[in-house]
Amino acid sequence: MKTGCPPIRFMAFLLSLTSAAWSQEPGTRHAEAPGAVLARVPEKARLRSNPLEGDPEAVAAGKKLFEMHCAECHGKGADGTRRGPSLRVDELQHATPGEIFWILTNGVVRRGMPAWSKLPEPQRWQIITYLRRFGDPARAGNLGPR
Amino acid sequence: MTGSLTHRCLLVLASLPCCVSAAFAQESPYIVTYDHHLEEPGNLEVEYFSTFGSQRAGNDFHAYWIEFEYGATAWWTTELYLDGQTTFHDSTVFTGFRWENRFRPLKAEHFINPVIYIEYENISEADKIIKEVEGHDVEADAADSNAVLRQARDHELEFKLILSKDFKGWNFAVNPLATKNLSPDEPWEFAYALGISRPLALRASAHRCTLCRENFVAGVELYGGLGDTQSPGLYQTSHYLAPAVAWNLPSGWTVRVEAGFGLNSNSHRLLLRWGLSREFSGFGEVLHGLFRSGS
Repeated sequence: MKTGCPPIRFMAFLLSLTSAAWSQEPGTRHAEAPGAVLARVPEKARLRSNPLEGDPEAVAAGKKLFEMHCAECHGKGADGTRRGPSLRVDELQHATPGEIFWILTNGVVRRGMPAWSKLPEPQRWQIITYLRRFGDPARAGNLGPR
Repeated sequence: MTGSLTHRCLLVLASLPCCVSAAFAQESPYIVTYDHHLEEPGNLEVEYFSTFGSQRAGNDFHAYWIEFEYGATAWWTTELYLDGQTTFHDSTVFTGFRWENRFRPLKAEHFINPVIYIEYENISEADKIIKEVEGHDVEADAADSNAVLRQARDHELEFKLILSKDFKGWNFAVNPLATKNLSPDEPWEFAYALGISRPLALRASAHRCTLCRENFVAGVELYGGLGDTQSPGLYQTSHYLAPAVAWNLPSGWTVRVEAGFGLNSNSHRLLLRWGLSREFSGFGEVLHGLFRSGS
């Protein structure tokens, strides 16, 4: 069986792509300012309201989901790590629920944040319900470590 | 130079246990079909799968494979497969490897989300994992002994267009497939895979739990061959209908079980599959140390 050059060229191309991706500094992939990301949210998505707003059970479930899926990049207290930015910054805390939902659903794929549409919609709203509590100092004290 | 690279590889391997931690995965139940969700960047998922297949006019078999799935970026996932099989009353053989890559061309979610899939396969014809059914693949192809089957080796490129959509908790996925054996006299082969799945509960419960309904995702796959360029269509092709379930445990493990039933006389009567996988975060940072220039 002849293997010829095409598979070798194909594998060499993929290897060079692999090397380029791996040599990228993980901490610099998230350099885009939150404001720039928020500016891309379509108007219709911006106006969506959180159907679980104020639901205490949603806060508890959102905390669990945040720790399972988000904390490895954004930190357990959402303060940010080398892999992902802080979610406590003013721009995000003052963003509408619809804006956060859009970012969670679509990700910031070119900057390293995956789209989280694989979580069912109610679970994404549960995470947002939890995250919104960071903007309320009276409630944030009960949300875990910073 | 080689010594330095070897030294660096050993350092990476030695530092893996302290730098890599288990991550929670939210896996679909599909084993053949792909949806548009890629691996999280920097995460490594290690997966083991088995397929028990019944075989008319031959011996039943147990085929297995290990996958190393790495999220190179948020838009690119790369995977290495190592395949083997045991044919009862015959022998156990290593059948080859596959290198799979999935690319997400669009930045955001759309009405339908495309992902481009390219795979290179270097496998013998004794490979029985049946990760996809292509062209005129039929049950009788696997009836010969391993000694005969392993003599022929296939170098193939496989292309898929993964089209997938999430809607109200449901996932719908369609994967048309084209494969080219790199031998010049071999035709292009075609196939399809369809999948539909949904978690048993859409809202998460407030506490970590093992048996909560939201941890289970149920679905069904339909897959089969569509002939080749010389003889396209359903003639002499095999097809399967396979209900499946995934159980995403809070510890980070995922268990998948699927029973595939052959839909015509060219198909294996039963393909019973199960798999175990675990996702690790932090692998990308360890790997980055290996590729960092000047270190």
